[in-house]
Amino acid sequence: MQAAVGTPNPRPWRAYAIEAKFESLRMLRSPAFAGPFLLLPAALYLLFAVVLFGPALAKDPKTILFMFMGFSIVGVMGPGMFGFGIVVATERDQGLLQLRRALPAPLSAWLVAMMLMSMFFVAIIMGSMAAVAPLGHLHLPGMQLLGISLVCILGSTPFCALGFFIGSLASAKSAPAFVNLLYLPMIYLSGILFPLPRSADWIAHLSPAYHLDQIVLTVIGVPHAGNPWIHVAQLAAVAVAFTVLAARRITRWA
Amino acid sequence: MTTLNIAELAAVTKRFGKVVALDDFSLAIQPGELLALLGPNGAGKTTAISLLLGLSRPDKGSARLFGLAPESMTARRQIGVMLQEAALIPELRVAEQIELVAAYYPDPMPVPQVLALTGLAPLSRRPYGKLSSGQKRQVQFAIALVGRPRLLFLDEPTVGLDIQSREFVWAALRRLIAEGCSIVLTTHYLEEAEALADRVAVIAKGRLIATGTVDEMRALVVRKRITCRTCLRAEDLRRWPDVQTVASDQHGLHITASNTESVVRRLLAADEDLDGLEVASAGLAEAFTELTQEVR
Repeated sequence: MQAAVGTPNPRPWRAYAIEAKFESLRMLRSPAFAGPFLLLPAALYLLFAVVLFGPALAKDPKTILFMFMGFSIVGVMGPGMFGFGIVVATERDQGLLQLRRALPAPLSAWLVAMMLMSMFFVAIIMGSMAAVAPLGHLHLPGMQLLGISLVCILGSTPFCALGFFIGSLASAKSAPAFVNLLYLPMIYLSGILFPLPRSADWIAHLSPAYHLDQIVLTVIGVPHAGNPWIHVAQLAAVAVAFTVLAARRITRWA
Repeated sequence: MTTLNIAELAAVTKRFGKVVALDDFSLAIQPGELLALLGPNGAGKTTAISLLLGLSRPDKGSARLFGLAPESMTARRQIGVMLQEAALIPELRVAEQIELVAAYYPDPMPVPQVLALTGLAPLSRRPYGKLSSGQKRQVQFAIALVGRPRLLFLDEPTVGLDIQSREFVWAALRRLIAEGCSIVLTTHYLEEAEALADRVAVIAKGRLIATGTVDEMRALVVRKRITCRTCLRAEDLRRWPDVQTVASDQHGLHITASNTESVVRRLLAADEDLDGLEVASAGLAEAFTELTQEVR
């Protein structure tokens, strides 16, 4: 058997840069896929905080802040869960993932590219939320908006991991349904949009959305529940655990 | 002298549930050769490729690529892959798909060179999702070449290609072989294997049933076909030495024989009015059919 004489890739960073470039091009060229994630949070905020309940909420800054935070976190969840979930499931179904495995393509380059894309989408969403916030009589200082945005961008990681995990399990056709099965209950049961009764608090603790909400409240100095570092640790645990599970699943031996 | 194999399956067995996909199967790929893997559907060709690519592991035996585990990055940087069913990213243009895969390799070909080599230059700005199925196969072929592989795996590379595109692929393969690249080709087009392969391996029911050059494979089926119009009776000819089968139709008698020359001499001696004499060698297709029928 002939000895290997393969040379190491002298520019390993190039795979990461090119993956990120083409992941962004792919998303920009399919606006119908990304459009709903990008528009939904600001549209919902405008509907509830401006059109339907604007005059009443003008006198209730706490509720308007609660609503702003809730819709922002709904925005954070979408790109990671739907983006990863559907793209990974589709690539698996169509054999592209199999081809990636056969090529000298680092799995991490592909994951980092998709994660950066999700973060970029969250940045756009937070920009749109910041733009519409004053229409609902919410006036946050620029530094607070920046802090919320940075936490939300970083906080999209566990949702990417959840989407990655669903994509590693579901077929392309069933992935949207499976994502919705997790996404919709998480919105309602995390208490980010509707206050939950005290007896149901434990359900909220199971949701990464709840923990992210508490971290954002900490950043802007609003009363919050629990130790913020515990919330950070829980989000990190979700991100690591589901990434590892999904990566093991898609790289397992046939 | 030690044979230098750049890829090797050594006595591998692979099961999927109760189905034995490969059974004590060994195969070696030597530098600079084009090896055609032939076999009926479900014979184990794709499983063999999958083991060599490190996409699955054998239950028994070993798979090596350049002397390494097939999943090692060092080994993978030296191969190019064209799988039978792998849709690329539909939103990316042809040149972008090639640029993306080129980024994985240490010394890739420039994208324009790959486009020229594969006849894709006129389609370079076309989104992959808007290509015909034949054009998509050409792009998949291009991404298999871009890394300047020392070993190329091609699974049914010309399915769906028109004649001109197939000629491009064949010309590119001949050029790669001339440059020292080794190629493992699975194909259902026996004329493709006949035209390109240095060596053929026939697989059936998970076992390697024959391997050799195209001529050696033809020789395994030692028969030749003799066709003629003669007054000799078929039942008499069947008793001649070296004659294996005799059939007759409106065109005359069709004889298969293991020693054609002696049968032809005897035919001419026995019937001075014999005409329409034709002698044809068995083709790879006949060899393949006979070899695989034996294990059914």
